[in-house]
Amino acid sequence: MKQKRRVRVMVAKPGLDGHDRGARIIARAYRDAGFEVVYTGLHQTPEEIVEAAIQEDVDMIGLSSLAGAHKYLFLAVVELLREKAADDIVVCGGGIIPDDDIKRLKESGVKEVFTPGTPLDDIVKWVKHNITPRQD
Amino acid sequence: MPLTFNAKIFDDIEKGNKKWQENLDKVFGAKPERLTRFSTVSDREINRIYTPADVRDQDFAADIGFPGDYPFTRGVQPSMYRGRFWTMRMFAGLGSAKDTNKRFHLLVKEGQTGLSTAFDMPTLMGYDSDAPKARGECGKCGVAIDTLNDMEDLFEGLPIDKITTSMTINPPASIIWAMYIAMAEKRGIDRKVLGGTIQNDMLKEFIAQKTFMCPPVPSVRIIEDTVEFGTKEVPRWNTISISGYHIREAGSTALQELAFTLADGIAYTEKAIERGLDVDDFAPRFSFFFNSHLDFFEEIAKLRAARRMWAKIMKGRFKAKDPRSWWLRFHTQTAGCTLTAQQPYNNVVRTALQALAAIMGGTQSLHTNSLDEVLAIPTEEAATIALRTQQIIAEESGVANTIDPLGGSYFVEALTDQMEEEAFDIIQKIDDMGGMLSAIEKNFPQQEIADSAYHYQRQIDEKEKTVVGVNKYAVEEEIPVEVLEIDEELESLQIEKTNRVKTERDNQRVAECLEKVGDACSGKQNIMEPLIDAAKANVTLQEVCDVYRKVYGEYRDPGIY
Amino acid sequence: MNDIVEKVVAGDVRTVARLIRDIDDGMPEVRGILKDLYPHTGKAYVIGITGAPGVGKSTLVDQMVAHLRKRDKTVGVLAVDPTSPFSGGAILGDRVRMQRHSMDQGVFIRSLATRGHFGGLTQSTRSAIDVFDAMGKDYILVETVGVGQDEVDVVRSAHTTVIVVIPGMGDDIQAIKAGILEIGDIFLINKADREGSDKTLSDLRLMIEMDHKKYDRGEWKPPILKIQAVFDKGVAEFIDEIDKHAKYLAETAGGLDFRESKSKVRQELGEMIKARLIEEVIDRLTESGDFDRAVESIINGKIDPYTACENLVLPIVS
Ligand code: B12
Ligand SMILES: Nc1nc2c(ncn2[C@@H]2O[C@H](COP(=O)(O)OP(=O)(O)OP(=O)(O)O)[C@@H](O)[C@H]2O)c(=O)[nH]1
Ligand SMILES: [Mg+2]
Repeated sequence: MKQKRRVRVMVAKPGLDGHDRGARIIARAYRDAGFEVVYTGLHQTPEEIVEAAIQEDVDMIGLSSLAGAHKYLFLAVVELLREKAADDIVVCGGGIIPDDDIKRLKESGVKEVFTPGTPLDDIVKWVKHNITPRQD
Repeated sequence: MPLTFNAKIFDDIEKGNKKWQENLDKVFGAKPERLTRFSTVSDREINRIYTPADVRDQDFAADIGFPGDYPFTRGVQPSMYRGRFWTMRMFAGLGSAKDTNKRFHLLVKEGQTGLSTAFDMPTLMGYDSDAPKARGECGKCGVAIDTLNDMEDLFEGLPIDKITTSMTINPPASIIWAMYIAMAEKRGIDRKVLGGTIQNDMLKEFIAQKTFMCPPVPSVRIIEDTVEFGTKEVPRWNTISISGYHIREAGSTALQELAFTLADGIAYTEKAIERGLDVDDFAPRFSFFFNSHLDFFEEIAKLRAARRMWAKIMKGRFKAKDPRSWWLRFHTQTAGCTLTAQQPYNNVVRTALQALAAIMGGTQSLHTNSLDEVLAIPTEEAATIALRTQQIIAEESGVANTIDPLGGSYFVEALTDQMEEEAFDIIQKIDDMGGMLSAIEKNFPQQEIADSAYHYQRQIDEKEKTVVGVNKYAVEEEIPVEVLEIDEELESLQIEKTNRVKTERDNQRVAECLEKVGDACSGKQNIMEPLIDAAKANVTLQEVCDVYRKVYGEYRDPGIY
Repeated sequence: MNDIVEKVVAGDVRTVARLIRDIDDGMPEVRGILKDLYPHTGKAYVIGITGAPGVGKSTLVDQMVAHLRKRDKTVGVLAVDPTSPFSGGAILGDRVRMQRHSMDQGVFIRSLATRGHFGGLTQSTRSAIDVFDAMGKDYILVETVGVGQDEVDVVRSAHTTVIVVIPGMGDDIQAIKAGILEIGDIFLINKADREGSDKTLSDLRLMIEMDHKKYDRGEWKPPILKIQAVFDKGVAEFIDEIDKHAKYLAETAGGLDFRESKSKVRQELGEMIKARLIEEVIDRLTESGDFDRAVESIINGKIDPYTACENLVLPIVS
């Protein structure tokens, strides 16, 4: 039968950071909002994340970083997507990210950054409003 | 003998209670209670009131007793804070070894009585600063230690024969400890006098903190090597800090924290006994590490229950005879996950309350979080306020004047009993699974914690639980405090430093040392002496970890959500 | 369109990934592409792996990939996870176990959700297998949780169907007996490091022996192996058994190319017709509003479901 496209997203933990409480909660919240979620688990390199995202044809990669290496890691993901002509995949992220860095990240192509205290509801709504499953 | 009440008195109390409840029901019939359900932050339901009837089975001598007496509900030492305060031990680590050394000197000057080291992510995960996987992470979350040289810079000018040092490190704990011992010996200090702690608790890594390297079984084998070595060679050292802190921060309830931590302790004890050690030789060197969270009374009850349970476990289950084996000595840290980026000054108040609970619970040492916890590694100013918080509680509030001030509170005693009973049930469940190692393989504690964490987050979202400044009393604001930034240049400087060590050392000797480490890993020989030799030969942390990984394989995240 | 076919055949990862999404999402354009891809299929060897939740299927697939890669074979993995009946969402968690292969250009891992559409899973998975096949993967491994009929049908269409159990699953063995025993070409007792694997072995053996007449006639007799997927124990031997089964198929069952096997083609065409029919019929009925009206009428007691069904279907098929 004619199906509507489903939103497919990936929640990924780049780098050596082991703080996964937030990422796992986000993955569950996405599922409970009706999205299909690929969770990569911890300790992923930017290369592994991008390769997996392409194979899984997700609409969005959600990166979670609390250990301060976000500038290097998030930007590496954005850059690799561009290299592979897959920059239609939206990148967003969350975690412990200072305001100045959020500015930098957004200028460089990270679409949104969520910091501690953001209600899950807002995080889900953002996806609903900003991520349209691929139309072509 | 049960507490001083006789049956008649209980009857009267229960009658009185019933009447009081009925009256109250009427009052609330007109205007209902504030909440439909009153519960702790861990969602434990709490009654309107507690009376002697709630503790009618308690026996003062057997269940509560005096501080320093079995089962130590009221404290492990007889003197507790009448003798001296708890150790004020603030966790610190940032950037390079030299930067952290500066922070250590400052903290000692400000009156801190013990050191506590935070390492950066590459060090915690067993990588040197120049590893490709370490890109962007060097020095961000703590201090980078690649070689003995860094360790020497870290403790430059600090009297390591007099102060105790705690090191929060797990998969590479054996190596870091070996470097510490090597440094001491190079300074002419006997390893026998060294005092301190390595966290070295891998079980809770798989459960909660997620700095892991090799699979559970070999990870525990290395830990048992350190336990054996410590028992014989470094008798003042705490070889494992069995940690509930991380379990709680990963999102568990207070009860899960209590049960899983003690179950970890049981697993380590069993393994050491299997190795042929006498329980009374090593158990006194086990220390514990708990969280002090938001729910004031539940936290105090948890800590009191933990002490009593461990005493029972050691005496009953493991037949330990030395009272020091029965002691649950513990460090406490206030709950980082309760602090907010919004209105950060509120965090000082939260931390003060949590610190107070830890002290009421009889902690041996305490770290208080800084008000900028959610923003970055603490600034000097924020860390100083956190230390002052402890000093105010200790020296101004008067709470340390008497021992176990809440002992005998119907509520606290009832809660203590209840938590003990429920935690023993969970431990039984883990025993039935074949112990904590098997439970971890089955992802049991991981899944339980994930469920609790999600449940709590949903409660915040639904405003069932209040977070002041976040889901209630929120305001628009700019972050009013200064945020510490780690210099991005640090990474290249540290890599340069490590490369210099690598070119200047005797690489023939390095290869020999690594071979001996490998032999010890695959054989039965204790790993520690070969590690100390390796440290002295300037072998890097990662070089040793690569041997571990090669011999034992790598553990990968099972991704339980 | 031909452009897409060319790219798939050339092994372009992005194109393949997107095409599988289109298949899964039921995009009508894919039909044409699948037609054009058909001539490029028929080379891959398909292995279906099923078993109860948590028995270690993904861990096993991860190890199989490693072994097959050592033999220089390319591998496609389709890992199917259940959709939450409450939200319609899913966490696709199989990939975590296999993520170490994600940088290997010879491996393509794709997670799918069951989504609960009538017979659609079987169809879309079949088509995804064809896509992997056309892109040149030597082996295609399909993991499903052996619960629903759909999931069972998926693995059933493989060359070799593998049933994974773990020790101490007394009741589940009964379930296997009831449902999927007959479709298993190889049985694995995973987690043999745990107690009770001998008991499970003898239980299974007993059940398989019941069909001894078949084996006497020379039909394939499913081997039962004890393995420990996490520790990579017994996996190499298991892959040898797959080779044996492949050889058996090649020699006795009319070759490895299912497209030349009458019974397989019959089965597949039948399923395809079924799925297509359902799709067309339901689409038409929902678009016209007849479906919703019939539902209303049943609820209001105006009509019984049997009559409603007849009224809806008969005009279309006659
Ligand atoms: C809990 C915690 C831990 C736990 C982690 C348990 C676990 N498995 O997750 C434990 C105790 C193990 C731990 C250990 C360490 N920690 Co810690 N930890 C925290 C703490 C207190 C809370 C984090 C948390 O889980 N919050 C609750 C979750 C739900 O919130 P969250 O992750 O922020 O997610 C929210 C948003 O950020 C956003 N979000 C997050 N990710 C994503 C992703 C997407 C896609 C989206 C859309 C949104 C989103 O949405 C969520 C909901 O609002 C923070 C400080 C703080 N209060 O934030 C320090 C903190 C992150 N830790 C820190 C440090 C240094 C460490 C250690 C390195 C200490 C050491 N040297 O030993 C270790 C390393 C552990 C490791 N393996 O990586 C520092 C990091 C400093 C920095 N970035 O500069 C912090 C900031 C504390 C501090 N100020 O020092 N920690
Ligand atoms: N003891 C033991 N555990 C194993 C073995 N194989 C897998 N496991 C563990 O079993 C758990 C489940 O493994 P998975 O591979 O995710 O199982 P699955 O069948 O794919 O699970 P679902 O996809 O959720 O149905 C993991 O924790 C594995 O590590 C084994 O041989 N022995
Ligand atoms: Mg699986």
